[in-house]
Amino acid sequence: MNTSIDKLNSNPKPESQKPQWEQDFPIDVEQDNYVARRDFTKFMVLTSFAFVVGQCWIGMENFIRRRRGKPPARAIAMLSQVPVGSALPFAYPGENDPCLLMRRSEAELVAYGQKCTHLSCAVVPKMELGQLLCPCHEGCFDMSNGRPLSGPPRRPLPIITLEVRGGTIYATGVQERTV
Amino acid sequence: MLSETQNFYIVPSRCIGCQACVQACGECDTHKGTPMIHLEFIDRGDSTQTTPVVCMHCENPTCAQVCPADAIKKTADGVVQSARKPRCIACSNCVLACPFGVPKMKSDFELMMKCDMCYDRTSEGKRPMCATVCPSQALFFGTREEIAALRPRSRAVNEFKFGRELVRTKVSMMVPIGATTEHLDVTAAMEATSTARRVQLNVVTDDSEFDVMTASMFDAEGASR
Repeated sequence: MNTSIDKLNSNPKPESQKPQWEQDFPIDVEQDNYVARRDFTKFMVLTSFAFVVGQCWIGMENFIRRRRGKPPARAIAMLSQVPVGSALPFAYPGENDPCLLMRRSEAELVAYGQKCTHLSCAVVPKMELGQLLCPCHEGCFDMSNGRPLSGPPRRPLPIITLEVRGGTIYATGVQERTV
Repeated sequence: MLSETQNFYIVPSRCIGCQACVQACGECDTHKGTPMIHLEFIDRGDSTQTTPVVCMHCENPTCAQVCPADAIKKTADGVVQSARKPRCIACSNCVLACPFGVPKMKSDFELMMKCDMCYDRTSEGKRPMCATVCPSQALFFGTREEIAALRPRSRAVNEFKFGRELVRTKVSMMVPIGATTEHLDVTAAMEATSTARRVQLNVVTDDSEFDVMTASMFDAEGASR
């Protein structure tokens, strides 16, 4: 019995000779703090690396978007189809990009993306108030420039640039804005 | 940080079973109402002898080795701390693994709680709560010289053998100066059948004069507690 005494328990090995799992989950507080610090540093380095990759990704997306250029102009409606004080929904530039065309006076034609900048509900034109109202959270946009007036949205609606050629209204581009 | 010179000595033969240590431990603010010291009857059927059981603070704590949640840690001064509350998953591995039966699972809190030698007190140079109240000085906290002068007929033992494992502890037990080192043949107990209310474990001595001596370690009540 004497010769077979297991020395494993009586003599803790130095940290470097322990198996990997024991090094990762040490019993001594100081070593545990060291591992915690090491893990924290590892987390910080990997997170900042992920941020760098994310920034590169955004930059690349921007570059590709710019290379793609402006969407082609498209006829929306005849001028006669939109009487003063009325609004007309249309899709531009893609099928799934709902927009609103509004004729506020004889000369003033405006168009905005219809998705509320808060949570993408469809905004409803209130011609008599000169506002676009989002019914979901009572967000309000100014019809003259698309900027938010009240409610949760903080960013303005994208402007659809328009052109009238020979009685036909054309959408010529989308002006995304952040402020 | 615990003082280098001071240490904990248990003198089981001096214990009178008054429960003062248990009461004092339970009053401590860090674990109010839950005593972390156990008062055990050595052989309840035949004797009134009791002994206080505090954490022995092993050099290489088995409880910490078996903890799957990494909750039990040992500070640089050799004190094995109680389970860290945010980490402990109440799996009771440590309760089963500890050769001294020290950790207890508090299922109300889903937390293992064990003696940490009153780390809040001893790290500031004060004695553990139990050692301050023990009327017969069965629990003694002080220097090796002090205990040697106080108990000249005893010697401190801090190495224990359980089967093939040698466990070296920070806390020492005071045994009669001429006593031989004994250890339990724990593996033999696996084949032994219990008689009546008693589980028998072989005590193997290092000297060949006592080859196999039988001692009762637990009565059935003590074992189930």
